[in-house]
Amino acid sequence: MELALAQETVARWQFGITTVYHFLFVPLTISLAFLVAGLQTAWVRTGKDKYFKATRFWGKLFLINVAMGVATGIVQEFQFGMNWSAYSKFVGDVFGAPLAMEALLAFFFESTFIGLWIFGWDKLPRKIHLACIWLVAIGTFLSAYFILAANSWMQHPVGYEVNEVTGRAELNDIAAVLFQKTTLVVVFHTLTATFLTGGAFMIGIAAYQLRRASKAAKPDTPGRIAAMRTSLRLGLVTVVIAGLGTAVSGDALAKVMYEQQPMKMAAAEALWETEESAPFSLFAYGDVDEGRNTVEVEIPGVLSYLAKGDFTSAVPGISTVEALEKAKYGDLADDYKPNIPTAYWSFRWMIGFGMASFAIGLAGLWLTRQKRWLAAGKRRGEDEVPLLTLTPNRELGPTLNTWAWRLAVLTMGFPLVANSFGWIFTEMGRQPWSVYGLMTTADAVSPGVSVAEQITSLSVFTALYAVLAVVEVRLLVKYAKAGPVDELPPPEVPSLRGPSADEDTDRPMTFAY
Amino acid sequence: MELHDVWFALIAVLWIGYFFLEGFDFGIGILTKLLARGEAERRVLINTVGPVWDGNEVWLLTAGGATFAAFPVWYATLFSGFYLPLLAILVCLIVRVVAFEYRGKRDDAQWKRNWEHALFWTSLLPAFLWGVAFANIVHGVKIDTEGEYAGTVLDLLNPYALLGGLVTLTLFTFHGAVFAALKTRGDIRDRARTLAGRAGLATAGLALVFLLWTQTSGGNVRSLVALVLTVAALLGALAANQRAREGWAFALSGVTVAGAVAMLFLALYPDVMPSSLNTAWSLTVSNASSSTYTLTVMTWVAAIMTPVVLLYQGWTYWVFRKRIGVEHIPAA
Repeated sequence: MELALAQETVARWQFGITTVYHFLFVPLTISLAFLVAGLQTAWVRTGKDKYFKATRFWGKLFLINVAMGVATGIVQEFQFGMNWSAYSKFVGDVFGAPLAMEALLAFFFESTFIGLWIFGWDKLPRKIHLACIWLVAIGTFLSAYFILAANSWMQHPVGYEVNEVTGRAELNDIAAVLFQKTTLVVVFHTLTATFLTGGAFMIGIAAYQLRRASKAAKPDTPGRIAAMRTSLRLGLVTVVIAGLGTAVSGDALAKVMYEQQPMKMAAAEALWETEESAPFSLFAYGDVDEGRNTVEVEIPGVLSYLAKGDFTSAVPGISTVEALEKAKYGDLADDYKPNIPTAYWSFRWMIGFGMASFAIGLAGLWLTRQKRWLAAGKRRGEDEVPLLTLTPNRELGPTLNTWAWRLAVLTMGFPLVANSFGWIFTEMGRQPWSVYGLMTTADAVSPGVSVAEQITSLSVFTALYAVLAVVEVRLLVKYAKAGPVDELPPPEVPSLRGPSADEDTDRPMTFAY
Repeated sequence: MELHDVWFALIAVLWIGYFFLEGFDFGIGILTKLLARGEAERRVLINTVGPVWDGNEVWLLTAGGATFAAFPVWYATLFSGFYLPLLAILVCLIVRVVAFEYRGKRDDAQWKRNWEHALFWTSLLPAFLWGVAFANIVHGVKIDTEGEYAGTVLDLLNPYALLGGLVTLTLFTFHGAVFAALKTRGDIRDRARTLAGRAGLATAGLALVFLLWTQTSGGNVRSLVALVLTVAALLGALAANQRAREGWAFALSGVTVAGAVAMLFLALYPDVMPSSLNTAWSLTVSNASSSTYTLTVMTWVAAIMTPVVLLYQGWTYWVFRKRIGVEHIPAA
């Protein structure tokens, strides 16, 4: 028993570490794919240099990220079999399908067209080359969709029945798995969060570049400021739209979860007893064993609104839900409660950090607003760093100005923190279940794998990921600091056949490893 | 023929695709140390697979995902049973992705050298370990009555499996050298052919012993046909390479890879993981497979998507069909 417990713990730590780590790169990959595709579209349509420079610059940072996303994604495909073989056997019939579809529909798409995009600048006609990055972006979206469908099935299993003979869950409705409400809302929430992440990344790096250029004495690389100004604005707009989207979708998701997993939401609020007109807790400190909070700061009625859409409905508390689950599923070695402080705080950090970026985006959009809103003296040309102006005539004072730019750089990290806590919340909030109501996490582990093997694996991945994190961050910093390079667009290749054999065959490649 | 037989064949096709494609890019990784002279030639080699290695690797992820969906029990037993070798392969594949992408991102000789070492070892090790893994699958391992692997990691390193590892290692090196001869120009192209000749001879010796061993210990008529085809293709590839017919040599080394994998799957069928303890405990296409509904859904998805994937991946190879020489390598 003790050993079984340890096995579950190690396997969960590995899943947590590898997945949260993987999801640092995923949202950047998805959103930057679309943002770069957008910038490249602008370049192809207008031919403006600033769009070309921005495309190339963000494209490089995007690729540094993609490499890590791809590399850390490989583990995800196999660790279900390695550490969770009982789970894999039990649910493979249902859960394997979206995973296989992800590989067939999305992975091939992404990986093939990204190769064409990286190496195809001088080999493909401009519009075909542009289509490649759009296909990569669509691939990243499809990939997210399928894996979120698989995860949603763990949160709320549908479209299956358990075969009495084999004791395994069997799929009987693929459409239910792919298009259930949980999946749709989760996809909406995750994708908006993804764009929040990419937008904030753009804001941070563009702000760094612009701030540095404004302090530099010598003239900047031609076109760099224009490219970074455009990027800053694009990042700000993205963050504001995506921030609103995460709020709306998060609200919808909370309502779905109150219906499907009341325990998760009760834990998110540390709401011990069922309450009518339930308050939203801002701060709580409690005694988990005794099932009560000793300190609480609350806004009355708001939780009822989040759960049910009005300010008076009763919201079930932890003790109530646990009694219900006990009656339904029988006694369990553990209990039906997730770790309450983790659920409570991760829920708050998710919302707090996510909304902080949104607020910074909104403020940034106002401070850098377009020329026609400003007094003539405050307007700046395309090639100048924008002034941060509070009213049409008044710019920010030097201290505020410095802090505004610093905050813009800092905001880069906020959505990454929010995303991580979001996943920690939704996965840990589902405990003790691995598939809600169907299979506990303790039953999901590999019976044949020893704890020693698991610890080896956990240590190897943690050490490797730590080293790679250092390598990738230093590389990102190097390229982010260097800024857009002064380069000319590659020559237009007129036809799909590429340069004919006799025509400049010795010309070096535009890009090579 | 039932649906689970179709899926057994499809999984075999995915592994054939994987070893055919990643086989030569593993080979290229190994050749960066055996064939390339100096920085420019190393970059020539790496860039022959530059636009395609990522897509090649997806065949593995698809094989994994398809096994999960179509044969969950196989997926669960295989990957939990072969835990440590698989861990080693995963670590290699992770580092390898980063090595490809990051090697050229700093103009620093030490940085590049480090990633080149990484690329070499992370190509060589999986090339060897995949052979070990497949030899064990075909030969049978200690699977208990619960369908769990009951052996240790040392059981997996038996002589037959190690020989299997050497076969895939030499075969992929040969396949990679033939690919290098097809895709490069200049001095390196001729040296690639010479090296391919040697690697091919080594492959022929090892593969013959391994395939005959497989045939005598668990073969059938169909696997014998595949064996003959494989050996004929390998000899043909060697002959074509000798005559500098690089296109033919590559096509035939590809057939060799496909034939060898096909032979292993034919010798395996109808088991997917035979038990060496008791044949009644073996995992088979019927007791390890998913429900008919899932297999039907997946069959539609695979039937529609696989040709599309082949089409656009094929197109990529066509776009980058030109040979690469040192003169094409831009400054860092």
